[in-house]
Amino acid sequence: MTEQRQANWAEEAVREHAEDVHDHELAQYPSGVEHPSREQQVLDRIEKARARKPKVKEERITLAHGAGGKATQSLVEAIFLDSFRNPLLEPLEDAAIVTANGTSLAFTTDSYVVSPLFFPGGDIGDLAVNGTVNDLAVSGAKPMHLSAGFILEEGFPVADLRRIVASMAAAAAAAGVTIVTGDTKVVQRGKADGCYINTAGVGVREPGCELGVATARPGDAVLVSGPVGEHGMTIMLARGELDIEAELESDTASMHELVAGLMKADVGVRAMRDATRGGVATILNEVAQAAGVAVVVNEDDVPVRAEVRGACELLGIDPLYVACEGRLVTIVDGAHTEEALAALRSHPLGAEAAVIGRIADDPPGLVLLNTGFGGTRIVDLLVGDPLPRIC
Amino acid sequence: MRFVDEYRDAEKARALSAKIAGLCEPGRQYKFMEVCGGHTHTIYKHGLEDYLPESVTLVHGPGCPVCVIPMGRVDDAIALAEQPDVIMTSFGDMMRVPGGRGSFFDSKAAGTDIRMVYSPLDALKVARQNPDKHVVFMAIGFETTAPSTAMTVLRAEAEGIENFSIFCNHVTIIPAIKAILDSPDLRLDGFIGPGHVSTVIGCRPYEFIASEHGKPLVTAGFEPLDILQSVYMLLVQLAEGRSEVENQYGRVVPWDGNQVALKAVGEVMELRPYFEWRGLGFISHSALRMREKFASFDAERHFDLPGVRVADPKACQCGEVLKGVLKPWECKVFGTACTPETPIGTCMVSSEGACAAYYNFGRFSRERVRQASRPEPVTIETGARRE
Repeated sequence: MTEQRQANWAEEAVREHAEDVHDHELAQYPSGVEHPSREQQVLDRIEKARARKPKVKEERITLAHGAGGKATQSLVEAIFLDSFRNPLLEPLEDAAIVTANGTSLAFTTDSYVVSPLFFPGGDIGDLAVNGTVNDLAVSGAKPMHLSAGFILEEGFPVADLRRIVASMAAAAAAAGVTIVTGDTKVVQRGKADGCYINTAGVGVREPGCELGVATARPGDAVLVSGPVGEHGMTIMLARGELDIEAELESDTASMHELVAGLMKADVGVRAMRDATRGGVATILNEVAQAAGVAVVVNEDDVPVRAEVRGACELLGIDPLYVACEGRLVTIVDGAHTEEALAALRSHPLGAEAAVIGRIADDPPGLVLLNTGFGGTRIVDLLVGDPLPRIC
Repeated sequence: MRFVDEYRDAEKARALSAKIAGLCEPGRQYKFMEVCGGHTHTIYKHGLEDYLPESVTLVHGPGCPVCVIPMGRVDDAIALAEQPDVIMTSFGDMMRVPGGRGSFFDSKAAGTDIRMVYSPLDALKVARQNPDKHVVFMAIGFETTAPSTAMTVLRAEAEGIENFSIFCNHVTIIPAIKAILDSPDLRLDGFIGPGHVSTVIGCRPYEFIASEHGKPLVTAGFEPLDILQSVYMLLVQLAEGRSEVENQYGRVVPWDGNQVALKAVGEVMELRPYFEWRGLGFISHSALRMREKFASFDAERHFDLPGVRVADPKACQCGEVLKGVLKPWECKVFGTACTPETPIGTCMVSSEGACAAYYNFGRFSRERVRQASRPEPVTIETGARRE
């Protein structure tokens, strides 16, 4: 191996960040002024670099762009938001809030490509209805109508399609929504994986409803409506690649009643989110960044079923990142914490609700975790797929 | 949860923490290296440093299998994946490791067939299912994973599977520790020995560290209390003026290692004269290759590889971080040009890499957080606790 060459991409990355390259000297501070430690200066520089406009450097889409972590965020902001930019889109909440003839509506869409299509506790059909209903509900709207678009692969069994559609009908009935328009496309064998579904939905908001992760403030409480990570872990195990068996079912459910109950209790709800891809951790990071606050979570207070926790331990995955499909994360006024918890627990879906942490002011933009072991660490956004560790 | 919670007990941690503080001589600084990346991950994930007095520093060592793979080897692996009718397989950790021309993820997006597997046996399964393709397994890791690669090759031979080969990148831990001990710019007081590697090689190979170099070593488990207890055991040795190899991870690590596993590795693989380590350069007898007898399962013999060395970018200080000379945040490009999304150095790729662990878990000022994180506990009943 005498031949040698340079990694051009790396040299370019260094040049691009030339101004951020850490100087090993302390910056000059006038005497008598307390200057931040060298570590703190590095941290500040990193925050500055992170706050910069995201770029998509890859030449092609990789699976990481769809995993719900930082790569997804960069793609959405640098490509979609950059081109579509408008005030309704910009908050990047679960649904857009639009006004028609004086009525405030929530409008959202989601595509479903889950594999396997059928899994313990549900199938792609329930998921496609519940996911969109939940996005409307957490936006403070009463879900009304859905669309359903199907992309089917040549050769897909009609019996499977019937089963999926029956699940959708049942889920829609349970959520009190109607599927009022739709579309069907069939692509050649091998050009899709069986069946993909897109649903869009609209719901009506109560007048005066002000929700958003940016409104979280120090002293607020952070709650989840039940044990986390069941859907994601069920799917991972159902794929059969891991040879792990556990009695787990997806938590897919429509949360419109749970949400309505919480809103009715009038407990100073600041924001609600449906903890899907990227899990609870991703939502808490959105809160910390949007509101410029610290989110402090107590690991021992986060409800996780033993089966989920065990599988996560084996795979080296943090349950905080594992997807749910029927779990609410909510930020409420700290003065109403107990009423909020009681309101959630009064509904069967929220029977195991818990207060998992609170909002603090420092350090802004970070999610801190007090670990069960008694230490402290941060919880960042995931980079791509949660990759299992090898040893 | 049994076998987990008892090793994460905050009560016991506080007791150990007090004993550790009591053992530290006033005014003396202690520097211990945890050799294994798994330990680094545990330390950051559980916030273990909160339990150590300021005079005890943990230095993160080179024992992260992904972090030590040089860029040239990644390029070679991608060149293999680009051969017609080849399916490349590897562990998930490898997918984002950058080579001179990009990572497996990039190569996959450009059209190669690279699949993530959980064990080499899964790669063999892919070979059985695709008889018209050639399946290569990119084998990485220390003595921990080498036995499973060896067993897989023996299985493939027994089954007469011909469309399967290994791109062998297995490395050995002892030469790496030697390289660190020989590094002039590092003063260590002792080692936290790698637990998983030791399940295979046992504790004997470390004896020279204690006897010749006078540094105590404690082989440690991977739960936070294991590591805290190992720090305590190291401090006891120092206080008593001893320098020995001790086994904290006796529940898993036999003193003499796993002879069956070692035999399998010895049957299939042999030491290379030298191998390049990311950041550490060429180290003699530090890696394994396939024996001549198993040439038909050796991807390096099967295919013509470019074998071009890629220079580490000048700004990248992975070498210093791997040797424990620099803390991750002291690297010039840490967190700006080099982040987990766009890692320049491999220490930023794997969750076991010191830089990624610090970036993902420890990127905050402990001073500031001490004030912020625990003023008043949440007092109300918080319901569903962990079972």
